[in-house]
Amino acid sequence: MNTTRRDFLKLGLAASTALVPLPALAQGAGPRAVVVGGGFAGATCARALRHADPRITVTLVEANPTFTACPFSNAVIVGLRELSAQQFTYDRVTADGITLTRGMATAVDPHARTVTLADGTRLGYDRLVLAPGIDIRWGAVSGYDEAAAAQMPHAWQAGEQTLLLRRQLEAMDDGGLVVISAPANPFRCPPGPYERASLIAHYLKTKKPKSKLLVLDAKDTFSKQRLFQAAWAELYPGLLEWVPLSKGGNVTSVEPATRTLVTDFGRHKANVANVIPPQRAGRIADAAGVADRTGWCPIDPVTFESKLQPRIHVIGDAAIAGAMPKSAFAANSQAKTCAAAVAQLLTGGTPSTPKLINTCYSLVAPDYGISVAGVYQPSANGQLADVPGAGGVSPQDAPRATRAAEAVLAEAWFRTITTEVFG
Amino acid sequence: MRHALVVAIGIVSIATAAVASAEPPAGAASCSGCHPSSARVSSPVPRLTGMDQAAIVKAMQDFRSGQRAGTVMDRIAKGFTDDEIQAIAAWYATQK
Repeated sequence: MNTTRRDFLKLGLAASTALVPLPALAQGAGPRAVVVGGGFAGATCARALRHADPRITVTLVEANPTFTACPFSNAVIVGLRELSAQQFTYDRVTADGITLTRGMATAVDPHARTVTLADGTRLGYDRLVLAPGIDIRWGAVSGYDEAAAAQMPHAWQAGEQTLLLRRQLEAMDDGGLVVISAPANPFRCPPGPYERASLIAHYLKTKKPKSKLLVLDAKDTFSKQRLFQAAWAELYPGLLEWVPLSKGGNVTSVEPATRTLVTDFGRHKANVANVIPPQRAGRIADAAGVADRTGWCPIDPVTFESKLQPRIHVIGDAAIAGAMPKSAFAANSQAKTCAAAVAQLLTGGTPSTPKLINTCYSLVAPDYGISVAGVYQPSANGQLADVPGAGGVSPQDAPRATRAAEAVLAEAWFRTITTEVFG
Repeated sequence: MRHALVVAIGIVSIATAAVASAEPPAGAASCSGCHPSSARVSSPVPRLTGMDQAAIVKAMQDFRSGQRAGTVMDRIAKGFTDDEIQAIAAWYATQK
């Protein structure tokens, strides 16, 4: 940038602050927004904030140089896709004029309005957006700690864990037993364990047909249940068995050395064990005082501002978003809503009442997709509630052509949303 | 210098006006989860950016009434009123 252009931009900034009063303004700079977490929620929010009002200084705090997306990582586990197709850099995000600060946020001082990173760096903010995703509740299933995850991968944060589960499946002899344990609600990606079970069943059916897959569930009902179960009966009869809570599905402890999962009703020794453990909001939520006793973060449904700390907003999987599920689509939708509200709050405006959407596709087989959709609005009791009469799942009796079309739409969705967030 | 300042103020005023009118109406921001904002994305789902306002309104009303079959749009359209559909369509029609 040459001197003339830089001076011009400075003048532009000075002029803009003179024209519109900015209540949050400090010493001539634009209002400061800090976003913690560069996933679907955080990266979307950072970009939407810049787009909503370029006077806002946006800093994105993220520990990793690349983002690895969870949606479609079940296809990576069974070799239908490579992990590189899940990975995105922040080059286009920073090109929007967002400052990317590489580091782990470890503390928040809501009174001084600062975020502290692991290396001691302190960032001041006028509004803070936390998008930390999930953390695993280590030890919630007795014996399941970080060392156990090296034997019995969770693969619920995409990356090395995804590849570990894939290698274990590839190394398993035909005739082996694969066991998946699914947690109680709430958790990231409600249909995810059942999509994973479906695709692993597809892998076994085509590559290791003498094998069995057991899903041990801490629940009696799950997302898109009737659609999944009808497809399983059609595609994977005798191969995939789902054991609900009421039939002894709840896994209470694991023994990693022998890959054994223990329930109240018995013991299951697996050749490959995928433990999808209970979860909570990413650690920084606790440190900032925005997580409640459930481990998740209550928020205002118009602004996504924390109900526990002022000027801190929480979006994505970490938030308690009422009827909205913990999905990438929901995170993206919430992030844009939150950014519009934060931009208004930083420039003296009033946030408007939002409407949000969620659409989640699941693959039951590579050419067999099903979906759930919902439309949401703030309710009288301060939650995000379903708009009555809208939303729902794919028709139970749809022809295979519709299932194939939804599989194509699922992939198109992934390309579209990742391009919007990272492209 | 004075000339530059006048130019800068002019540009910023326009930018501010654009910002003020650019906030998407309720629901509109969520559409780009599936409807590509970028022309570089290959998708069977149409871009809404710059689409004819009446065409968006008709599609939404037909999905909502069931006159047009959809995979998910039939379920999503039922969550929007006529006024909301008009506002969303008007906003997308002016986006570039």
